[in-house]
Amino acid sequence: MALPKLKADATSARLDALTLPKGAAWAVEARKAALERVTAMGLPSRRDEYWRYTDPSALVSVEAPSAALLTDDEAPVFGTVDRIRIVFVDGVFDADQSDPMIGTGIEIERLSDATAKDIHWARDLFGVLEARAQKPVERSLAALNTAFAADGVVIRAVAKVEKPVNLIYLHKSETSDAMLHNLVRVEAGAEMTLLENGPAAARFSKLLEVDVSDGAAFHHVRIQGRDHQRRAVTHTFARLGQQSRFKSFTLTANGVLTRNECVIELTGDDASAHVAGAAVGDGTDFLHDDTVFITHDAVGCESRQVFKKVLRNGATGVFQGKILVKPGAQKTDGYQISQSLLLDDDCQFLAKPELEIYADDVACSHGSTSGAIDETAMFYLQSRGIPKREATDLLVLAFLAEALEEVEDLRLTEDLRGRLEGWLARRRR
Amino acid sequence: MLEIKGLQVKLEAEDKQILKGLSLSIGAGEVHAIMGPNGSGKSTLSYVLAGREGYEVTCGTAELNGADLLGMEPEDRAAAGLFLAFQYPVEIPGVGNMTFLRTALNAQRKSRGEEELSAAAFLKQVREKAKTLKIDAEMLKRAVNVGFSGGEKKRNEILQMAMLEPRMCILDETDSGLDVDAMKLVAEGVNALRSAGRSFLVITHYQRLLDHIAPDVVHIMADGRIIKTGGPELALEIENNGYADILAEVA
Ligand SMILES: Nc1ncnc2c1ncn2[C@@H]1O[C@H](COP(=O)(O)OP(=O)(O)O)[C@@H](O)[C@H]1O
Ligand SMILES: [Mg+2]
Repeated sequence: MALPKLKADATSARLDALTLPKGAAWAVEARKAALERVTAMGLPSRRDEYWRYTDPSALVSVEAPSAALLTDDEAPVFGTVDRIRIVFVDGVFDADQSDPMIGTGIEIERLSDATAKDIHWARDLFGVLEARAQKPVERSLAALNTAFAADGVVIRAVAKVEKPVNLIYLHKSETSDAMLHNLVRVEAGAEMTLLENGPAAARFSKLLEVDVSDGAAFHHVRIQGRDHQRRAVTHTFARLGQQSRFKSFTLTANGVLTRNECVIELTGDDASAHVAGAAVGDGTDFLHDDTVFITHDAVGCESRQVFKKVLRNGATGVFQGKILVKPGAQKTDGYQISQSLLLDDDCQFLAKPELEIYADDVACSHGSTSGAIDETAMFYLQSRGIPKREATDLLVLAFLAEALEEVEDLRLTEDLRGRLEGWLARRRR
Repeated sequence: MLEIKGLQVKLEAEDKQILKGLSLSIGAGEVHAIMGPNGSGKSTLSYVLAGREGYEVTCGTAELNGADLLGMEPEDRAAAGLFLAFQYPVEIPGVGNMTFLRTALNAQRKSRGEEELSAAAFLKQVREKAKTLKIDAEMLKRAVNVGFSGGEKKRNEILQMAMLEPRMCILDETDSGLDVDAMKLVAEGVNALRSAGRSFLVITHYQRLLDHIAPDVVHIMADGRIIKTGGPELALEIENNGYADILAEVA
């Protein structure tokens, strides 16, 4: 079927401005296939069902809209944790600021190095999960990333890895337009933690493909940068083997546009996937969108989605979350909650929770709420001498707590909580 | 300490008069009790004094040590030394009891220009005071009042009072829903705080609590007014004869 003219034009305008990176034959092939997917699907527009609440035009346009740089004196994110730091500045790897890519039980490489090799395990993963995730919902921006992202990291964990890998995305140019593509394979029985933080660029497209093998565990914690005008679209694609565990938590503050898509396929029995997000936004030009799709395709799996947004001064929150239980995926335990706390009347929360179930012995529940601060709780706190703004912050943190609890490493929880408290307190001054 | 004159209050939402010209004067170090049938406006009085929204004061004044209470934000009233032990303590999921207590204490100290209490000093104080109220460490760790039994909630109110050291304490039916042992604990907690510089207004339905917290003055409240004031013997009279006689007397 031919694409509508507007969509076809917008797509070819964007594609004309990009060049396919060079590499080994398999990588070039994978990129060409991804490019074909983009051409066939076309880049998204507001008219697409999946983009009804979020206008993708700034993510599709040829030029990236510029974004002012944020300057503050905040302590480095995850600074208290011993970790392997890998730094990208406006999407370009910076060896000087990075640690050596060496760790016990873990192999780390740049994507550009891996895709230059004729034989590499990454071949089985690069663009593979992205391509699988194009059905039943098209994600052409993800295919665009596979085709054109020239760099990123490729990680293979072969044991229980102590040190987290921390990808740090610095934003130094007001007009930068960056794409990064990361691959992670956690081998059977292995375990690792991936940390990500930073705004990365004025416009950032980031894709992560994660293969969690049987009995393996993958932990993911990220903080998206606070630069007010930055725009980001991120995709996380994960495939989970038997008795494996996947846990991802994202904290977002500021940014005019954030679309975080997460697509998880539970393919082995008794696997568990948790995805959580906490977002705080201020102002009419803030939009934060969590779009999640979890497919249960094995027996006895558990999935849990916990998304919380705190919105003020006309900010917008979007949640589209789906649990698909395939035939035969018995004993599925699926949970989904999306909630927003509206600190002003003019904020909006648009939620589309969906369940699609083709097995009979399952327990799935979902809920979505939006509401203001609880007046009774507020009065109780004030009556004990806590000023209204401080009381609001306490209640905001309380509201976000269920999402933060999804982070297992208490050092990280503390960092996240402290940072949130700091951001909230800063506004009070 | 607390001086209320001709207080008239109606609900903002509906045009309903609740307090109909209430006057009350509590001196420093005194313990006053208010007794009265359900619906006479006792909780409304305590909420209006503490600064809850939803009420309109149409007439009258309320002063705490000469300061106009009614013009202040709730948190400023607290910092000025007013404390209300709620009839129905509020559950706040996600806010830890300790965080809550410490934030409250330090906010009050800050607004009075005092240093914040260190974490260690705070911890020591809470532990000591919690122990006398038989509040265990596990309860302190939980979210504010979440999963607390009725009695635990009331003891938690008294713990807050003990930590915040207010000058004017209002206890709204702190005895309701308590068994004899729990009531003794609560009464002991209150009695331990009695001092020359601290006053109490004990709202209660029954004489029971007043056996343990001996009041200096007893007021009978009905239909938004104080209809009779006397000594501790007034409470006994209510206990023996109910409210009917007194209500008939003033009617
Ligand atoms: N928020 C409210 N909405 C409607 N009626 C109220 C409200 N608060 C109090 N009232 C009414 O005001 C009267 C006094 O209530 P209250 O102060 O709770 O009495 P007491 O504590 O003496 O039992 C009652 O008739 C009660 O129904
Ligand atoms: Mg009452």
